Amino acid sequence: MITKRIIPCLDVRNGRVVKGVNFEGIRDVADPVEMARFYNESGADELVFYDITASYEDRSIFTGVLKRVASQVFIPLTVGGGIASVEDFDRVLKCGADKVSVNSGALKNPALIEEAAKKYGNQCVVLSMDVKRVDGQFRVFAKGGRVDTGLDALEWAVRGVALGAGEIVVNSIDTDGVRKGFDLPLLEAIAERVSVPIVASGGAGSKEHFAELFAKVPAVDAGLAAGIFHEKLVTIPELKRYLAAQGISVRLPAREENA
Amino acid sequence: MIAIINYGVGNLYSLQCSLAYLGLPSQITSDAAEIERADQVILPGVGAFGDAAEKLAALGLDRAVQTAAAAGKPLLGICLGMQLLFETGLEYGVHKGLGLLPGVVSPMEPDLPSPLRLPQIGWNALRIRKETPLLRYVSEGEFVYYVHSYYAKTGPAYILADSEYGVQVPGVVGRGNVFGCQFHPEKSGDVGLRILKAFAEL
Repeated sequence: MITKRIIPCLDVRNGRVVKGVNFEGIRDVADPVEMARFYNESGADELVFYDITASYEDRSIFTGVLKRVASQVFIPLTVGGGIASVEDFDRVLKCGADKVSVNSGALKNPALIEEAAKKYGNQCVVLSMDVKRVDGQFRVFAKGGRVDTGLDALEWAVRGVALGAGEIVVNSIDTDGVRKGFDLPLLEAIAERVSVPIVASGGAGSKEHFAELFAKVPAVDAGLAAGIFHEKLVTIPELKRYLAAQGISVRLPAREENA
Repeated sequence: MIAIINYGVGNLYSLQCSLAYLGLPSQITSDAAEIERADQVILPGVGAFGDAAEKLAALGLDRAVQTAAAAGKPLLGICLGMQLLFETGLEYGVHKGLGLLPGVVSPMEPDLPSPLRLPQIGWNALRIRKETPLLRYVSEGEFVYYVHSYYAKTGPAYILADSEYGVQVPGVVGRGNVFGCQFHPEKSGDVGLRILKAFAEL
């Protein structure tokens, strides 16, 4: 039986992990390679790295980090941030990424999804979207949540999958950083319209929030969070034991399964 | 030395890193002579069946893989590389595979009960169906990482381990010295590393 995935997300700038709260007020947390190793040992099912480097020159620092992670941590790695072309896919895939997440780049040029899916397969292309309620509509925002594109999030999800996205990360700007739980109505609406796996992001503040997510929106496959894991407000072994006790299927370390 | 076949399909960096982590020397290669010299051969791959089969043939590597298999060399196909070991693939048309294992690689979609999503992405438990040296370090129910929308339809004799995803997904297939993993051992954490270690010891 397939298990629900728990995914820590690491924002990397200048080779260091940072985490924004409501996309503002960034704080330095730790070394990405150390953190990746730590999360792997804690039972993370996958890791997401966002490259939030400002300049093109700094991209090589990021790919260097990625290579070091991929040589020591053998779980799936998804990379996003500044992906605007098939060449960008190529650059990170060569350094150990398994999946590449597109956001603003795909909004600017939706054909990127199609091109990349043809070249690398649908399973490689993750459509990440930042969504916020505007006038009662789920609206897609670009540029790290700063620019209202006017696009309807549900339509964009359907279009992204039709173009070849093999997975969707739905990040709710309304719940992000607030730590009062995932945006269940948004996730439910998107899950109803597309058939690819969905990763929920934005709003996790406790282990109960993950249980609520998987129980109330069973179509969601994974929960992604950053700050609560980095700050150790919730640890992954504790979270997974809790979810298992709630009857939610998760991958537990072999030691515990055998116990 | 383990030869990792490079035919322009997929990410070989992680696979090579995982072998290096285990202290196993490997060589990424498109050279038939080098494949012939290798002790074991890994056929990786992601993407579409037809395109991959074509690329493999264009480099003459289909023959190299078949020769290695016929010579009794341990061969491991991973993900699409596993699917290519079969006779036929039904992804965007009907395509000929390497024919090293009997069976057809078919879309999961028509066979799935409705609530399951495709691709299958994530960690699923392995049920061991047959004793095999490839799984000597793996216990029943351990988790491996899958990413796929197609699966092998083959006889039970060739299914060494499977996972349940609405349908019975052959996770590990094999016959003699020819093996395949539908999941990614190089991305399945410690469990995957143990499978690669066992393969290198064959």
